[in-house]
Amino acid sequence: MFGEFEAFLSILTFVPALGALVIAIFRFTARNEDQGLIDRNSRWVAWLATMVTFGMSILLLANFDTEATGFQFVHEVTWLEQIGLGYRMGVDGLSVLFVVLTAFLMPICIMASGAIKARVADYMIAFLLLETMVIGVFCALDLVVFYIFFEGGLIPMFIIIGVWGGQNRVYAAFKFFLYTLLGSVLMLVAMIAMFLQAGTTDVTVLLETEFARDAQMWMWLAFFASFAVKMPMWPVHTWLPDAHVQAPTAGSVILAGVLLKLGGYGFLRFSLPMFPEASDYFAPMVFVLSIIAIIYTSLVAFRQTDIKKLIAYSSVAHMGFVTMGLFAMNETGVQGALYQMISHGFISGALFLCVGVIYDRMHTREIAFYGGLVHRMPVFAAIFGLFAMANVGLPGTSGFVGEIMTMVGAFQVSWWIATGAAVGVILSAMYMLTVYRDVVFGEITNPKLENITDLNRMEWLIFVPLVIGTLVLGVFSTLITDVTATAVNHLISNYDAALAASAQ
Amino acid sequence: MAPIIVFGPLLASAFAGLLGNHVGHRTAQIVTTATVLLSFVLSVIVFFDVTYGGNAQTIHLATWMSVGAFDVSWAIKLDSLSAVMLVVVTSVSSLVHIYSWGYMEHDPHRARFFSYLSLFTFAMLSLVTADNFLQLFFGWEGVGLASYLLIGFWYKKKSANDAAIKAFVTNRVGDFGFALGIMALFLVFGSVTFDDVFAAIPEHTDAVLAFAGMEFNAIELIAFLLFIGAMGKSAQFFLHVWLPDAMEGPTPVSALIHAATMVTAGVFLVCRAFPIFENAEAASAFVTVIGATTALFAATVGMAQNDIKRVVAYSTCSQLGYMFFAAGLGLYGAAMFHLFTHAFFKALLFLGSGAVIHGVHDEQDMRKMGGLYKMMPMTWMMMLIGTVALTGVGFSFGVLGLLPWDLGFAGFFSKDAIIEGAFMAGREGVFFGIPAFWFGVVAALLTSFYSWRLIFMTFHGKFRGPKEVYEHAHDPKFAMAMPLVVLAIGAIFAGGIFKKDFIGENAGHFWHDAVPAASHGPAVAGDHGEAAAYGDDHAEADTHAADDAHSPADDDHGAEAAYASSDDHAEAREGDHGGGHHPPTWVLLSPFFATLFGFGLAIWFYLINEGMGARIAARGGPLHSFLYNKWYVDEIYHFVFVRGAKGLGDLFWKIGDVKLIDGLGPNGVAGTTLAAARRLAKGQSGFLYHYAFVMLIGVLGFSVWILVSQGGL
Repeated sequence: MFGEFEAFLSILTFVPALGALVIAIFRFTARNEDQGLIDRNSRWVAWLATMVTFGMSILLLANFDTEATGFQFVHEVTWLEQIGLGYRMGVDGLSVLFVVLTAFLMPICIMASGAIKARVADYMIAFLLLETMVIGVFCALDLVVFYIFFEGGLIPMFIIIGVWGGQNRVYAAFKFFLYTLLGSVLMLVAMIAMFLQAGTTDVTVLLETEFARDAQMWMWLAFFASFAVKMPMWPVHTWLPDAHVQAPTAGSVILAGVLLKLGGYGFLRFSLPMFPEASDYFAPMVFVLSIIAIIYTSLVAFRQTDIKKLIAYSSVAHMGFVTMGLFAMNETGVQGALYQMISHGFISGALFLCVGVIYDRMHTREIAFYGGLVHRMPVFAAIFGLFAMANVGLPGTSGFVGEIMTMVGAFQVSWWIATGAAVGVILSAMYMLTVYRDVVFGEITNPKLENITDLNRMEWLIFVPLVIGTLVLGVFSTLITDVTATAVNHLISNYDAALAASAQ
Repeated sequence: MAPIIVFGPLLASAFAGLLGNHVGHRTAQIVTTATVLLSFVLSVIVFFDVTYGGNAQTIHLATWMSVGAFDVSWAIKLDSLSAVMLVVVTSVSSLVHIYSWGYMEHDPHRARFFSYLSLFTFAMLSLVTADNFLQLFFGWEGVGLASYLLIGFWYKKKSANDAAIKAFVTNRVGDFGFALGIMALFLVFGSVTFDDVFAAIPEHTDAVLAFAGMEFNAIELIAFLLFIGAMGKSAQFFLHVWLPDAMEGPTPVSALIHAATMVTAGVFLVCRAFPIFENAEAASAFVTVIGATTALFAATVGMAQNDIKRVVAYSTCSQLGYMFFAAGLGLYGAAMFHLFTHAFFKALLFLGSGAVIHGVHDEQDMRKMGGLYKMMPMTWMMMLIGTVALTGVGFSFGVLGLLPWDLGFAGFFSKDAIIEGAFMAGREGVFFGIPAFWFGVVAALLTSFYSWRLIFMTFHGKFRGPKEVYEHAHDPKFAMAMPLVVLAIGAIFAGGIFKKDFIGENAGHFWHDAVPAASHGPAVAGDHGEAAAYGDDHAEADTHAADDAHSPADDDHGAEAAYASSDDHAEAREGDHGGGHHPPTWVLLSPFFATLFGFGLAIWFYLINEGMGARIAARGGPLHSFLYNKWYVDEIYHFVFVRGAKGLGDLFWKIGDVKLIDGLGPNGVAGTTLAAARRLAKGQSGFLYHYAFVMLIGVLGFSVWILVSQGGL
């Protein structure tokens, strides 16, 4: 139905930007005394824009052909034909679900931003631009377009942390930038080199290009520098806890739910298919880093006194499962990694929203401040408990499916990788249940908590879709794996063929 | 019908949990209890249909995961093994639901409690009806969750919360092994479905897996890893530490989860996966050793505890040890039989303890009880029945030819079957069989001692607590009394009635292929099983083997059978000469005399010389403190694991992240860049400026480098 309608994907991508433009026009033309009105209405405009995007993403998924290999909904506009540069968009099984995930989380973020009181219109503009950028990353089929979206996404996030963040926001924003900058520069260099060798920036062509082994090695490393920071992998993860702690709730949700997936997506789109020999060569290193990430950051999470920091460290550990599964490069591993990314989008997003609920009421994230919340907030306790269990990887929640699949995949490569990851499964129970006990259970000892209120109607609306998503995906995993199967199998067979060819 | 059995409790749980506050506690209680009762009735129908009717089947419900060969279903597998478990789970669960009407009468969170109970029932049912290892794992962790929620039900108490976490995390350690076992299974067999895996075992008996730098037989390794999971769930030595602490939960929970059902899941797993364990001699030996050790260890600790529930908890731990060493020796039928009878009398003991605790104003310390039989005669009777069933009171009249049948309570049939079976297996050369036999006998002595100690300290002698408590002590009301009576009937008759089905001459028709009806152990082929061992028609047929000698395996057997009449104790103990069909008389009688001796000791210490036990305890002595402190296992674990994890966490965080990574990385760089930038721009620049500037420099530098290094382009 949309096959002929070429621009569908581009429209989907730029609807949020259009919403941002609308807000901006009113914001900058209105008189000063109308700013309050603008702020109020900007919430509605933003929500509407994100909901339209979400609706379109559902249409996209409904019309997505899960049997077909290659890209669908391709939209191409020639730009600089002589040098093979062009505006190219399209999705395949590897990317389409990330588009849906982003579009799904965004309206929730807008709804969860009720606590933002200052410069609301600007905030909404930043969020809408961020959405366009992130969706653009997942749809871009041209190196230059990809790079613009990839880097462009940093700016709104940087501003969100820097302007609406907590007390130490400047340090956090700076750290966030410094890290991502390092990786991005290296990636850009590799992209230039790719262009010089292939003569085009068209991703579909690059996917067919065979790069020399030596070139693969250093290009892989350059891309790795960027994606590893985004994941984030140990030891370049230390920006994440600070960024999360300082970011406003919705910022954390998007950071954990979507921005962390850019790294994993990057590996799937570039590193693995374009540099198979290098990927194979460096896989052991990735495994080591993944296992360190899982165990090390789980132990660090166990010692945190700040809830958000704890969940941030836990995110790093869970992303360790993703990198482990990806580089196992078998069907269970890669499918598991994709699953883990989607599932983590739900679970970590929901956990940050849970923290947001109590932060909005008490303005502190110190674990020691809380205790006994179940007496005043039973509904919150139940929901937080559900997502804590999902984070622990309890079977029946989506968290389990991703973890077990990546571990099964990794076990086929080597026992020690899976064993290391399985240690993380014990540790996650340790830190998550401990924080849950300290925050939710026990008697109320802090008199300030006496009058804390349970979830309001808006918060109910925010959590319900996340709860349903986490449980449904925990029980019927083929909803996702059927969409990704063709693309993953295609990726793996090409990878194996490339390795076999080089071995001869 | 089967889906209703499994999913009914889930729906009831969701109803009570989500709507409990709107519809009221009473409605929540009625709905959950009625649903579980319905499950029970249907389970009984299924039980007869599957075991005696032979209508085993698997119902496929949906697909859970399907990625290439990794294909996992949601299914309901009904065979004799799951049918037995269905009946055990739903019957005890129904009774516990009813009992909780009385026990939780005054709790303001009753609806939540019943919701958790039903949730547990659902998880346990999905565990026992799984047709693949992963669904079993789902139920496995599901019961872990329910256990966590119920142990920590009184969430105001820190001790309850800590116990809940300890239970969950310790179980996770076991699950770590279990999960790796599943992964190894998939690697070797390409499937996690029971039927596929078990059918493929013969072709894979020589498969090798490299693990931890060494080469292992794949089946041995898988069996070992699966058993690690079983150790966690069934509280076997090393991973037993959570079970006594789990007594922080309400008593009905202890009866349901920590006695009758969940903790037996490990035994169920080993029996379900028996084709794997049969082909894993070393892993089975490990099962035997751990089981026998736990049986003895837990019994020793049980002797020195003063909390009435903890005594029963250690007793559970010990009885689970019996089941495991039976399974390890290949006596799967006997292990399941003990699981079955144990469910009744142990649930009875727990619920009876609950009645005592309820009757004396939530006092659990037996040192503050005594003489209660006058005030609580009915509870006393029930506890007595539980105790004689647990200690295995009975006598082998039938086997010894004194009467046409054996007489005894439930535990007599199942426990003695295990002890004797261990002896026979040991004589046939199964590893650790004879030591397991002796461990079992000694543990039976200790069991008798601590069980009677409990009865005497609680119901006899003088009351040692406040006077008004004694005067208000009372028997429970109907809701709590009725389940006790039903369980007591089970504790009396379950053994005698079902013996022939579980381990007797009818076993083959009862189990079908769910567990081997007749086998003495992994090392022994042939058909000389329980049926033969207990002297029925088959025994005669079997002795012909001595003359006929059909096969090598039977050959040995025949040769051994020639010694069948040998009553030479010394020879039998050394196991040199193998066995016959009857265990020697002294073997049959040893558990009986062990029990009697334990009983006598308990009378001496706690009835005739009342207070002597207390004096010994007060004087202390290293042995008593060693036992009282549970062999110091908790202390060691706390020091190594809890402190270790905290220490490592701090090290990685404060040194690793903050000092090393941040110090050398961003903060170091940031400091330098900032200083440089300040000098350049005198602090006017924003971050975006830095970004653009540094990026530009970087891009330029690298571009130049590429062009130079790849000059050939």
